Amino acid sequence: MKSAILVFPGINRERDMARALRLASGHEPTMVWHAETSLPKGTDLVVVPGGFSYGDYLRCGAIAARAPVMAAVREFAADGGLVLGVCNGFQILCESGLLPGVLMRNAKLKFLCHDVHLRVERSDTPFTQGYNAGQVIRVPIAHGEGNYAADDETIRRLEGDGRVLYRYCAADGSIGDHSNINGAARGIAGIISERGNVLGMMPHPENHVEDIMGCTDGRGLFAGLVEHLERAA
Amino acid sequence: MKARVTVTLKTGILDPQGKAIEGALKSLGVDGIASVRQGKVFDIEISGGDTAKAEAALKDAADKLLANTVIENYAIEVQG
Repeated sequence: MKSAILVFPGINRERDMARALRLASGHEPTMVWHAETSLPKGTDLVVVPGGFSYGDYLRCGAIAARAPVMAAVREFAADGGLVLGVCNGFQILCESGLLPGVLMRNAKLKFLCHDVHLRVERSDTPFTQGYNAGQVIRVPIAHGEGNYAADDETIRRLEGDGRVLYRYCAADGSIGDHSNINGAARGIAGIISERGNVLGMMPHPENHVEDIMGCTDGRGLFAGLVEHLERAA
Repeated sequence: MKARVTVTLKTGILDPQGKAIEGALKSLGVDGIASVRQGKVFDIEISGGDTAKAEAALKDAADKLLANTVIENYAIEVQG
């Protein structure tokens, strides 16, 4: 799996992401600076990592979404290439129009930094095939603006087409106000694009991939991507 | 030429920051505040003197960057 990690000023999770990708695939990802106008040849996966691109100025992800490299990412996604955005990466993908909706301030206005449980809603996508449908995984979050919002019609379409892949839940997999940590519509933690090749999610699977991290529940996402690409090759 | 672009949240979009400000005003004892919605103001200096051109450029700026039209409305004001 040849992966490219986008680097914007203010991004700070690119090395965690590189480590997780290296662990899963055995290949060193390429760091791609925001001012580049093309992606490395043969890229299988583009990752937009977390952090605080441009200091969250204007709106989270708004300025990064208009960076030169994003035109190449848009083209890559239009050709069916796999794109993964985590945290600020999810915000950037929404701002760039690659995913619908927007991430608003957390409902209780607090920056949240702790582990959460996620229910994997489907296992038949490249981004979830390392898990079973209905499986509950534990991964960290670290965000102040992860409150997913979109108009009713968009939410209906996302739900109807099975485009919600990860949802905040309790440890037992139950879903409700008790598990919705940031007020996101329908407890949405991660969605895919209409074609299913772009995933945006607020939690950080890359931070739960090694025993020393105390949990390895995030591995499934990366293992699934590697398996998907190997099968496609 | 000076211009101002005002960006506000669309009706129906929950504004947790506005709500917090509203609560703070209540606790300060400021009377008569029914509700608060927070927005943004951009003061922009325009080069050249063509008002129509300026309005077009500001609309372009608002659509492309200043506002996220999924959740925000904007208003443009060119001050001659």
